[in-house]
Amino acid sequence: MSRASTGRPAADPDSTDDGGKQSRRIDASMLAELAAPLALVLVWLAFFIATPDFLTTDNISDLLVASSILVVLALGQQFAVVVAGIDLSVGANLPWAAALLGYTVSHGHSMAIGVAAALLGGLLVGLVNGFLIGYLGMVDFIVTLGTLSVVSGITLLLTQGNTVAVSSNFLQSIALDGAGPVRWFWLIALVGALGTAFLLFRMRIGTHLLAVGGNAEGARGTGIPARRVRMYAYAGSGLLCGLAGVMLVARNGGADPSLQTNYLLSSIAAVVLGGSSLFGGKASVLGSVTGAVLLTSLVNGFTILGISQYYQPIAVGAVVLMSALLARVRE
Amino acid sequence: MTTTTTAPMLEARHLVKTFNAVRALDDLSITIAAGEVTAIVGDNGAGKSTLVRCLTGVHSPDDGEILFKGEPAKLSSPEDARSFGVETVYQELGLVEDLTVWQNLYLNRELTKPIPLLGILDRKGMIDKSSEILERLDVNVPSVRTTVRRMSGGQRQSIAIARAVTWGESLVIMDEPTAALGVRETAAVERLIHSLRDQGVTVLLISHDLDQVMRVSDTVVALRRGRAVAHRAVGDVNGDQLVGLITGTISGDD
Ligand SMILES: Nc1ncnc2c1ncn2[C@@H]1O[C@H](COP(=O)(O)OP(=O)(O)OP(=O)(O)O)[C@@H](O)[C@H]1O
Ligand SMILES: [Mg+2]
Repeated sequence: MSRASTGRPAADPDSTDDGGKQSRRIDASMLAELAAPLALVLVWLAFFIATPDFLTTDNISDLLVASSILVVLALGQQFAVVVAGIDLSVGANLPWAAALLGYTVSHGHSMAIGVAAALLGGLLVGLVNGFLIGYLGMVDFIVTLGTLSVVSGITLLLTQGNTVAVSSNFLQSIALDGAGPVRWFWLIALVGALGTAFLLFRMRIGTHLLAVGGNAEGARGTGIPARRVRMYAYAGSGLLCGLAGVMLVARNGGADPSLQTNYLLSSIAAVVLGGSSLFGGKASVLGSVTGAVLLTSLVNGFTILGISQYYQPIAVGAVVLMSALLARVRE
Repeated sequence: MTTTTTAPMLEARHLVKTFNAVRALDDLSITIAAGEVTAIVGDNGAGKSTLVRCLTGVHSPDDGEILFKGEPAKLSSPEDARSFGVETVYQELGLVEDLTVWQNLYLNRELTKPIPLLGILDRKGMIDKSSEILERLDVNVPSVRTTVRRMSGGQRQSIAIARAVTWGESLVIMDEPTAALGVRETAAVERLIHSLRDQGVTVLLISHDLDQVMRVSDTVVALRRGRAVAHRAVGDVNGDQLVGLITGTISGDD
């Protein structure tokens, strides 16, 4: 309207934060959007300068394979974050899905059934989270902390705490082979990322996820079933966690039932690095993917350089804190 | 009791809604005649927005009943109210900041490609139609592809109104729709209310602007401390009497 026809909101009580600072905001938010890709380039450059062994075809190929599991987990975490939630149960859901695969296959079932069990098992945990958070209105942080512990215990009971070896040519070839230079793991991660992006930005449910995360009351006012949408978000996280479980078994040749806190923290870190707001309503699939690759690159580069692995979590944490600082600037 | 030909658009009987110790609606009854503009006036905290939220299924009243076109309606969610053709501009507007203008306009009314089940968005269709809708309603935004976060308070209000009038088929409820609007925009909204009535759409308007109420409405209902204390045809009251009914210096009907 008249005030707006200048294309810039004038002094208005509701939009003071958009007023004078607007030009700075644009710069800062563009920076935050590009933070993960930019940081990735910098980190790769640094390792390239530090060692000739980093930027080789073989190492990058392996690095991307190693990133793939985290990419899939981060995509799942993205679903929880988009509805302003968080999924801490990932740390237990991942070994749980892996253990289900190990259990079914070691009990004489086919690989197809094993993979289905892992996917459904992951989905089930997500549905339980989603029901408690969406329908019963319980706090996401507490619920997923609770299921983290419960699922971890159930996994230990199922496996008696033992790692189950899964020898399968099929899984082995998924982890090691590919179509020409393109490794199967990359393809799985790529399909996961494209699927997530399509769902979030090209499908109705994606708009509803973003709306519920951005303004749950407002979304409900338009008739969006906010509870069910929340449940879908956690179900998505659980399902992708199941997929990551299958990949983990393929990569390790077995199912380790112990808690995967590293993957849990990294999945959240990747999403935060990617520029998604933990307050919900915003998603960046490209950001989460590059975030995951970046975190894996740090570990990979440090290993090549022979830097003590004790420094790795410090570096990862520093990167996450820096991204949090960037997000603060963006506000 | 009510015959279909003369049934009011909406009727609420003996609504009660309490929040802890606060009795926001206290045995409130109201009738909204079909095809008319009904205004609700009342001081801050009188219960106007709470009434709106009960009528649209956001809140469920503790007691009382709601009838749409003479039929008892069970409103357990806003989706139920929408199925009756009711659209609402809430006082908080209910826009999603990080979605674009077109996404907000089509929120939960998305156009999808003709592929069953998947719900693939027809983005181009929605973007084009959003521009048309806003142009027709004389709403000025830089681009429908901009996020609502970048809009001024008045622009937001205009978008919320545009959304409600676009989808509201039988009843459009507006809770203080012109509170953030300039003179020109307010006049545009008042014209919009008139044209809605001309199209046979019933309007429920909540406003603190008594001159506006006198200008656009047919019937005015005064709320005081959770009760509807007076239903008046606009021709039968003047501004001073309305003030008296709102503040309680004129006692009202019961
Ligand atoms: N969600 C809620 N929780 C607790 N109390 C509430 C809630 N909503 C409304 N109330 C209380 O109910 C009463 C009526 O509030 P309501 O918002 O309906 O007033 P209103 O007539 O719309 O006022 P205004 O003109 O300021 O918009 C107030 O005393 C308010 O404090
Ligand atoms: Mg109000």
